[in-house]
Amino acid sequence: MIAAFLAALLAAVGQHVYTNADVENGARLYSASCATCHGPRGDAVRGVALFGGSFRRATTDDEVARIILSGIPGTSMPPNNYSEAEAGMIVAYLRGAARGGVTTTTGDAARGRTIFNGKGRCTTCHSESSRMAPTLSDVGVVRRPLEIEQALLDPSADINYDYRFVRAVTKNGDVITGRLLNQSSFSVQILDAKEQLRSFDRGDLKEFTIKTTSEMPSYRGVLDAQEIADVVTYLVTLRGRR
Amino acid sequence: MKIARVLVMAFLSTATLAAQVTFERILHSSEEPGNWLTYSGNLQSHRHSLLTQISPANVKNLELQWAFQSLSLEKFEATPLALDGVLYTVQPPNDVVALDGASGRAYWTYSYKPSPLARPCCGRVNRGLAILGDTLFMGTIDGRMVALDAKTGRERWNVAVEAARAEAGYNFTVAPLVVKNTIIAGPAGGDFGVRGFIAGFDPATGKEKWRFYTIPGTGERGNESWAKDSWMHGGGTVWVTGSYDPDLNLTYWGTGNPGPDWNGDNRRGDNLYSDSVVALDPDTGKIKWHFQFTPHDEFDYDSTQVPVLADIEWQGRPRKALLWANRNGFWYVLDRATGEFLSGKPFTKVSWTTGLDAKGRPQNQVTPTAEGLVVYPHLAGGTNWYSPSYSPHTGLFYVSTWQDGHATFTKGPAEYVEGRAFIGTFPTGTTLSINGTQVNRRLPGEGHGAILALDPKTGEKRWEFSMNDITDAGVLTTASDLLFSGGREGVFFALDAKTGALAWKAPVAGIVQAAPMSYAIGRRQYVAIAAGNSLYAYALRQ
Repeated sequence: MIAAFLAALLAAVGQHVYTNADVENGARLYSASCATCHGPRGDAVRGVALFGGSFRRATTDDEVARIILSGIPGTSMPPNNYSEAEAGMIVAYLRGAARGGVTTTTGDAARGRTIFNGKGRCTTCHSESSRMAPTLSDVGVVRRPLEIEQALLDPSADINYDYRFVRAVTKNGDVITGRLLNQSSFSVQILDAKEQLRSFDRGDLKEFTIKTTSEMPSYRGVLDAQEIADVVTYLVTLRGRR
Repeated sequence: MKIARVLVMAFLSTATLAAQVTFERILHSSEEPGNWLTYSGNLQSHRHSLLTQISPANVKNLELQWAFQSLSLEKFEATPLALDGVLYTVQPPNDVVALDGASGRAYWTYSYKPSPLARPCCGRVNRGLAILGDTLFMGTIDGRMVALDAKTGRERWNVAVEAARAEAGYNFTVAPLVVKNTIIAGPAGGDFGVRGFIAGFDPATGKEKWRFYTIPGTGERGNESWAKDSWMHGGGTVWVTGSYDPDLNLTYWGTGNPGPDWNGDNRRGDNLYSDSVVALDPDTGKIKWHFQFTPHDEFDYDSTQVPVLADIEWQGRPRKALLWANRNGFWYVLDRATGEFLSGKPFTKVSWTTGLDAKGRPQNQVTPTAEGLVVYPHLAGGTNWYSPSYSPHTGLFYVSTWQDGHATFTKGPAEYVEGRAFIGTFPTGTTLSINGTQVNRRLPGEGHGAILALDPKTGEKRWEFSMNDITDAGVLTTASDLLFSGGREGVFFALDAKTGALAWKAPVAGIVQAAPMSYAIGRRQYVAIAAGNSLYAYALRQ
């Protein structure tokens, strides 16, 4: 009854309640069409992050679906020959219903939050003002529970492309460590350990290495299995400001 | 002395010839190196300028003369044409502009608003124009061919190409090719399950003179290479300009992927003439021969590369060769009279096949799996549509490549619905994006760009200019042994074509996703390149 009321309320404001089948179908449609330009993670078009939970030109699910169907005239976003139901399935997928789904976790979010802020010392690096680590404020949208668990246990297995760290040594012998922001054949751009933006000509560096191990410590053996599950459960509730 | 002679020749040619571009002029474009009369510079598609004022000795004095900023945020992929000091290019998607080649100031702009139903797969792009007489020709992303007066930009005709419906995914992005009195072009749309074709149009009216379907229909030779009726949505489109050999009277075109891209289960067979080069009679559109690079492709390895015609010495004898670095990671030398395979070697890491047999057919091809299979090269290929160059002066073939690129290919369902992408499951597991970005945080081994100098006689690599980021830029060489190119790093640069050494570089405000060209006005040589959303022209400091 409450679910039905909630569904009606959401529909009235252009939001919808989706089934797991909707999300799965949406994922299939996304992969077979949208991913051509937007990429498998929804971030391949400049300035567009489809899995970020909010959209520049649309707020409601209906508005997102309308863009999928009609395209955006004058831009590279073409019209698409989907039914409204299919467009809705893609929206379901984009909304991250599957990605953030908590059904596969077994922890306690409140306990997880306590660990995150206390024993785990996660906020040392991960906070709203973080520069050297992801803020995690929408991690429940952009990562699946399994991926979050893997990041806690084996952080070096799949390092976020945006949080790769480097070690550079200038010809003068200065050692710079920090976060890689950009690189080319001729120069590199770094946010250094003092959180200063630095740019170097490659010719001025005698050493430049992108680290293949994460700056984040593994929590294997630090937190027990239940505590890991609690933290994962907490993190999947973080879904941005939407 | 030689430099002066070429420039005087260029000057005289532009001063004395009428503005009418006859086919004879295009055929003998080497006699007027100050002009650039067809997409790749000449009909052999060498993208090689005979202008020599800019040389390895003075290239350090190259400086920006002007920049033309397009009123578009689409990818700027067009190569301008140059005629008597005027540049003609396409502001994407389909606006044509005529610019003063000395100042970059516009003479006129032709605005075309394509149908909102147009749905090009990979950006609302256009690669350029063709010219014949005093008429410019353009294909549009909504399936039309347009002719314009080169002096005013006034429309002479604008025709819907039969069956090339925008809402079904047909779109023209290719710069047309002029052969005699025929304008040759074909639509893209191979990721939407269209049936590809190449057509010849009457320059006076736009009327279609002939059509060659790159996917043979029922009863035609090659149709048996498609299971059941899968040929109807077979793709095999053209979106990069072909070439022409006047002695053989053959025009050569590379065709794109079969559809659906990443699942070939319902199209068992070789899927002719997808991923092939076809040699056609330009008077009739009849096929003389074909060579298929990737039979039954399941990795999107379009063979939409520029066919480079070179007369080379092959095993001690002169040979009319066709040089082709393919998206599938191999670089081929074919006999262009017969299509005979002469050699094929990998130029990047290749894992989709164990190698080519004596006839050039790939052996032990792998297939995408339900779980996902890591395959080299990346879906964007070892190279792609980026224009290569052949320098008769060095005898080398130059091409932009992706090294170490790979992706995970998964076999998923693909159902044809008109106007919808017909591709299967988009590959994952890679940090390489087919869309341009100016940010690179990749590790070594995750893919990078490189320009290769390849020797057609031996198949061997002479040198490699390795870049940190990948590249979508074409290559221009000059008779003074310079090579110009760029990439995603926002830099336009010159290399020594003999050694690959960096000779000059300049920042440009965006990714280079076009190919350079060169022209002259009076005694001054220019090099032009589109980068970001602008067109830049460089010349030596005076």
